[in-house]
Amino acid sequence: MLEALSTGLRLVATLDLRLWEIVGLSLAVSLSAVALATLVGLPLGAALAVGRFPGRQAVIVVLNALMGLPPVVVGLAIYLLLSRAGPLGELGLLFTPGAMVLAQTVLVLPIIAALARQAVEDAWLEYEEQLRSLGVDGLRGALTVLWDIRFSLLTVVLAGLGRASAEVGAVMIVGGNIDGVTRVMTTAIALETSKGDLPLALGLGMVLIAIVLALNAGAHLIRDAAARRYG
Amino acid sequence: MNGILPLQLEDVSYAAGGRKIIDRVSLALEAGSSTIILGANGAGKSVLMRLMHGLLAPSAGRVVWNTVGARRRQAMVFQRPVMLRRSALANVDYALQAAGVAPASRERLAREALAEVGLLAAAARPARVLSGGEQQRLALARAWALHPEVLFLDEPTASLDPGATREIENIIRAFDAAGTKIVMSTHSLGQARRLGDEVIYLHQGHVVERARFFPLPATTEAAAFVKGELPWA
Amino acid sequence: MGMTTKVLLGALVCASAQAQTGYITVASTTSTEQSGLFRHLLPLFERKTGAQVRVVALGTGQALDAGRRGDADVVFVHARALEEKFVAEGHGVKRVEVMYNDFVLVGPKSDPAGIAGGTDVAAALRKIRAAQAPFASRGDRSGTHYAELQLWQAAGIDIATAKGPWYRDTGSAMGPTLNTASGMNAYVLTDRATWLSFRNRGELAIAVQGDRRLFNQYGVMLVNPAKHPHVERKLGQAFIDWLVSREGQAAIAAYRIGGEQLFFPNAKL
Repeated sequence: MLEALSTGLRLVATLDLRLWEIVGLSLAVSLSAVALATLVGLPLGAALAVGRFPGRQAVIVVLNALMGLPPVVVGLAIYLLLSRAGPLGELGLLFTPGAMVLAQTVLVLPIIAALARQAVEDAWLEYEEQLRSLGVDGLRGALTVLWDIRFSLLTVVLAGLGRASAEVGAVMIVGGNIDGVTRVMTTAIALETSKGDLPLALGLGMVLIAIVLALNAGAHLIRDAAARRYG
Repeated sequence: MNGILPLQLEDVSYAAGGRKIIDRVSLALEAGSSTIILGANGAGKSVLMRLMHGLLAPSAGRVVWNTVGARRRQAMVFQRPVMLRRSALANVDYALQAAGVAPASRERLAREALAEVGLLAAAARPARVLSGGEQQRLALARAWALHPEVLFLDEPTASLDPGATREIENIIRAFDAAGTKIVMSTHSLGQARRLGDEVIYLHQGHVVERARFFPLPATTEAAAFVKGELPWA
Repeated sequence: MGMTTKVLLGALVCASAQAQTGYITVASTTSTEQSGLFRHLLPLFERKTGAQVRVVALGTGQALDAGRRGDADVVFVHARALEEKFVAEGHGVKRVEVMYNDFVLVGPKSDPAGIAGGTDVAAALRKIRAAQAPFASRGDRSGTHYAELQLWQAAGIDIATAKGPWYRDTGSAMGPTLNTASGMNAYVLTDRATWLSFRNRGELAIAVQGDRRLFNQYGVMLVNPAKHPHVERKLGQAFIDWLVSREGQAAIAAYRIGGEQLFFPNAKL
């Protein structure tokens, strides 16, 4: 354990180039995926919160269940899609960071949509009467509420980011863990573990946790500052 | 252009959870006078106002305005104001935008409304950090900007202290003077006396009495209320 | 897929495509990757040609499958029979031998089967089975797994029926299998290169080595452009040519861990 800690610190302190390459790619892939998933998932969740249509409850149940999609299953499905032998083979995306972003977006989208749906639905109880009195209804009202609860939604986005940066199954399969091209923190940790270099693997793990902690702390500060400013 | 009043309620009932909350109410609201709806808690005042304003659909009966498009020419202020996480000015602007007012005039109209309720100095402040009384004034400013023909108020000062209450009542009088019909529910007799021209007394979902403001109530229930007794024992 | 998503996906494809000119994808085994050979070898080729070699470490069975699907340009594995089948099916252009090393049978220092120091792997396997000593198998269609199965055959044992609770099928790559063997003090067949770079040995040490049946040949093949037109035939062939050239072969021989050579070049020039 102690060896792991010192390995981790040594990696960071010596500004090991390969480490920072890997960290950079991890952040680029996961943040891109979360950004895409947020762009699509927030309005989707809001629309689902206020919409009324036959089968709505079933859709909500399925969406909630999709939050638990196993990453390795998503990876496999995307692999079959992007393989040259598959329908989207022409894109040549397999074994590239693009494939990893795609896979993680698919993983994160249900989380963001389902949690946004719950948040908007809860907030809608507070806002509904006043908004309808002003003649604002349907999707327009949902988007107004979505924007109004934006600081609470930060937690939703963080949940998505947590899922993306922690998973290894999907990015391993669709990315191939190629040295210098598609190797991210989680796949690097998996590799070092399988090579038996446990201290290094643990050290990398600690770096990963530290980064995720930093991101969360930053988000928390933003949320705090905003709460004080906007009430 | 025709006014949206008179408003007709024809045999309106509303039931929820197996209970009848409003029971066969028929009445007409005319322009000109301010109407107070009185009644104890649970009498159905809030539900009746929401039926009139169109936030609830009746289980039976009809709610009929004089012309089409009445939806846009009313406004409602609730007991607890609901403000967006934006500045005071932006909240009024939002209402104007929802009403389809052109962008060019929105800021001017919003500032006029804020000035009317004495909140112009607070225009840039986040609405949610304002006090309860200030937020309620802001809600009234939001309604003022829309120049509604009817303004519904559901116990607007129930959560406020006397000082804030006085400020709100002054603004309501201003609406009245500007020609907006006031329809307000309250369980304060004093407030009813101060602001109302006529009163509708609601008891367990029925209208039991309606008159120009009464010095002596005719029905037993109304008399009991005026005396300050609890309505059902 | 919403409009925005399509646009962003398109941008990603373009960005990937930009990098696409000038690289080949090589499907190889976990043992070659984990030994560190590629990190030593590839920069030499990349500096010389300016092209990038992207190695996806999959394990022999999966690597050949990737070649069949056209997801790789070159396949570099160590299972001769499977490679020849690959070419016979028309998926590979030609099988070219590059280098060899050997397998070793490692086991706990306590040696419950009494085989340490031996040079006859078939006899050793028979003793392991007789003692019902724990044995960890990869079980993952890898070159090493196929080699292991062939050795059981050579020992005259039908492992499919003979296996019992002592035979642990991990279904994993060499590293994780070694980890498991180390954790449960089991015997395990491994290639020497992975063993030399493996850090979590625990109680394990080499028990049997030197049997000529433990010979492990690596071969490389270009994925057939006739079947998969998008294959980077020029660059892929250049890489294969380099591997078997004097320069490439010397680079392979030069790779050492702790002074020990891991792979022995044996391309037929």
